[in-house]
Amino acid sequence: MKISFKLNGKPVEVDIEPSLLLSELLRDKLDLTGTHVGCDTSQCGACVIHLDDESVKSCTILAVSVDGRSVTTVEGLASGEGVDGLHPMQRAFHENHGLQCGFCTPGMLMSAIDFAKRHPKPTEQEVRQWLEGNICRCTGYQNIVRSVLAGAAAMHAAS
Amino acid sequence: MSQIVGSQIVGIGASPLRKEDLRFVSGRGHYVADIKRPGMTAGVFLRSPHAHARLKSIDSAVAQAMPGVLAVFTGADLKAANVGGLPCGWGITGKDGKPMKEPPHPPLAQEKVRHVGDAVAFVVAETAEQARSAAEAIVVDYDMLPAVSGVLEALRPGAPAVFDEIPGNLCCDWELGDAAATEQAFAKAAHVAHVSLVNNRLIGNPMEPRAAVAEHEPTTGQYTLWTTSQFPHVVRLLMGNMVLGIPQHKLRVVAPDVGGGFGVKQFHYAEEAVVTWAAAKVGRPVKWVCERSEGFISDAHGRDHVTEAELALDEKGKFLAIRVKTLANMGGYLSTFGPNIPTNLYAPLLSGVYTIPAIYCEVKVVFTNTVPVDAYRGAGRPEATFVVERLVDIAAMEMGIDKADIRRRNMIPKEAYPYQTPVIVQYDSGDPAGCLAGAVEAADVAGFAARKQASLAKGKLRGLGFSTYIEACGLAPSRIAGRLGARGGLYESATVRVHPTGHVTVLIGTHNHGQGHETTFAQIVSEKLGVPFANVDIVFGDTDKVQFGMGTYGSRSLAVGGSALARASDKVITKGKKIAAHLLEADEQDVDFSAGVFSIAGTDRKKTFEEVALAAYVPHDYPLEILEPGLEEQAYYDPVNFTYPGGAHIAEVEIDPETGVVTLLNYTAVDDVGTVINPMIVEGQLHGGIAQGIGQALFENCVYDDDTGQLLSGSFMDYCMPRADTVPSMKISTHSTICTHTPLGSKGCGEVGTIGSPAAVTNAVVDALAHLGITHIDMPASPNRIWRLIQNAMLGRAAE
Repeated sequence: MKISFKLNGKPVEVDIEPSLLLSELLRDKLDLTGTHVGCDTSQCGACVIHLDDESVKSCTILAVSVDGRSVTTVEGLASGEGVDGLHPMQRAFHENHGLQCGFCTPGMLMSAIDFAKRHPKPTEQEVRQWLEGNICRCTGYQNIVRSVLAGAAAMHAAS
Repeated sequence: MSQIVGSQIVGIGASPLRKEDLRFVSGRGHYVADIKRPGMTAGVFLRSPHAHARLKSIDSAVAQAMPGVLAVFTGADLKAANVGGLPCGWGITGKDGKPMKEPPHPPLAQEKVRHVGDAVAFVVAETAEQARSAAEAIVVDYDMLPAVSGVLEALRPGAPAVFDEIPGNLCCDWELGDAAATEQAFAKAAHVAHVSLVNNRLIGNPMEPRAAVAEHEPTTGQYTLWTTSQFPHVVRLLMGNMVLGIPQHKLRVVAPDVGGGFGVKQFHYAEEAVVTWAAAKVGRPVKWVCERSEGFISDAHGRDHVTEAELALDEKGKFLAIRVKTLANMGGYLSTFGPNIPTNLYAPLLSGVYTIPAIYCEVKVVFTNTVPVDAYRGAGRPEATFVVERLVDIAAMEMGIDKADIRRRNMIPKEAYPYQTPVIVQYDSGDPAGCLAGAVEAADVAGFAARKQASLAKGKLRGLGFSTYIEACGLAPSRIAGRLGARGGLYESATVRVHPTGHVTVLIGTHNHGQGHETTFAQIVSEKLGVPFANVDIVFGDTDKVQFGMGTYGSRSLAVGGSALARASDKVITKGKKIAAHLLEADEQDVDFSAGVFSIAGTDRKKTFEEVALAAYVPHDYPLEILEPGLEEQAYYDPVNFTYPGGAHIAEVEIDPETGVVTLLNYTAVDDVGTVINPMIVEGQLHGGIAQGIGQALFENCVYDDDTGQLLSGSFMDYCMPRADTVPSMKISTHSTICTHTPLGSKGCGEVGTIGSPAAVTNAVVDALAHLGITHIDMPASPNRIWRLIQNAMLGRAAE
């Protein structure tokens, strides 16, 4: 069936099977491979994207359900090229060594941005609780938490 | 974290932000699952749902006729095509002088399946969905056999035989050390501490599931395999040479961005061979992406020991001897390094950081109907540390000695290095007492008693746990490894290619999958050659680009690969001096090199690195008889010894006796990793390593059903990974002594965290419960386990 939606700010129209997951649509049909799939039980959070500005696990929703809505992926965060063009949260992960292998990073970023929007002055504990649905195997979370705190501060300073 | 501009020289000891970050935070990493090739097909493995069964027949007629299906392959097809078994890279020898039992490991099961998840058939179709549907339509007639999953059960008389030809399931009965000297030491001991423990089985779970894409060009015979591997050259060697019979020059193996490894991706897996072979058979590229549930039953697992250990002490608490008996689970087949882990990477570490005159260790390596067991971050060394550090704590408790004191009393003094242990290894440098002193201060051990009282006032039990540990890493000296059974060398290679502009490309045989090599290795070159950090790129993970390499595992990348890089850089300087001497019309011996400038001592004559690089490629008036054009040097580095990082870790926990829930309040680590190239990255490696050790100590447990051999912890819902809200912020620092035999003095930092932490956390939990007479708890120290221990202890008290 045909659906149309906004993807990273641009209109998209695709013809898809009703059983297709949003993560599959993004990765396999639209070549946006920044959204990763790290499990098959909606536990790891590597596939988190924004649906109408809210963070959701894209492996858990059918692609058809985004018809008429707005989807943002990690590829849609930066406003320009290079480090200078990065979203404040992307930059915070870079500056605070908040990533190692990079596989969980897109999902972490998308979760963190949604969190920061809801929490103008977050505490470490709030960050840790929010990220409960995103698994990282490399960092021990310490620098991710630091990154999210720094990214949230930068986002609110900018706005 | 300092902002450092890449146009500068950024050398050893600085913390520039990582070069690799930009692509990852932008979603532009390039992982195997992201690959698309023209005409690409999808492959799916059908796996055994049974732990142990005879394969009577496989009927794939219906599956083959389904829409989109191109082929269905089984073990019989591979056998008919003379596809070999997966090789084991390490052979060990038993007490009786006989080699280990080494049964075949076919890439697709033949005759029998030996664990849940053993691959039975491979379906290739136009889409993954079609392949999955077809796999479900394959009819396999299994003749089910009794299964055995634990080592104790597998060794019982009459246990089901995993291999018909190996009744009793014993792969090897191995030993190390001096049994007689150990016996004598125990005979004169004033005190003997004893522990029976289980080192819990773990599943490494890098966040990127394994994947493979392969293609074949029939006109040239060229194969390409993209795989999630920590060591693409070794995959090329093992798979090309021993499994598929593809000449090395016709096989390209690429491991692009890889989403974490931790050992799980340092083996040659069946799927790599089957996908590569199938691509040639169907004449189109084939892609297989492992689902997480499939990974749980096909990624090699880690640990899984059952151990009895004793420590003999004199009346003053000095260690006299240690005696260890371990049963180690190998699973249903020997994985690439499998038998090496619980033997050579385990028993030689039983001296810890202590002077222990006599050590004897016996290890029975055992087959079971479980996924093969192999290296997982730390690999053998966390298991050894856990045995030693638990024994030390138990001895301290029983003899009434302070836990830090008993360690200090027995530590190898700084000035006693190099220190030869009774179990093969010779530690080159270290300062365990210095690490411990640093950790005691940073963890405010002095204030612990007051904090414990405060917890008690809230009805909580507080405990402090120490772990002072050492590891042997930087695998490593081919000479020693060969004596221990390694079937390959363990050197590393690096090429430093200087371009005519003075920019540098490094081709290195290690693999970066999170460790930050693109940054640290660039720092080494920037410092050595005096070129801007931004002008150095690191290339790895492609056998068509990089000469050769053993890959990344065992904390070897910097210690061995970094050493090769340092040597190759030195060679560049040597040749650069020759070129500069020619350009400056001076004697080569008179040319100095410093911070990117070649100069003649005592004069103002000089040439920059860029000028020399250009001259190397534009050799108009070269003395060609003594100087070749070009500026590119290569080094293969084979170290003379392992490296020995170590340190002191202190964990502080609080337990709610009502629920058994443990809260890890503080974690302090002071580690000796040798020369630190990039402190930011070292700290990150420690955070991650410690979190994995905390996972083993408190959360993670791979559990098989004893009767059926079914994996009970088969998803992230059942296998408890450390999460952001269950791991504390840690206090990390380094107290380094310099490795005496690596060119840079570095020892490695990838595994230290995982090696030191399980013992520290467990010792803290036991410390919190010690007043109940509890001396040991097995990992993971789950609320259930703790609550039971507390209840049993209280019942016992009530009965007294």
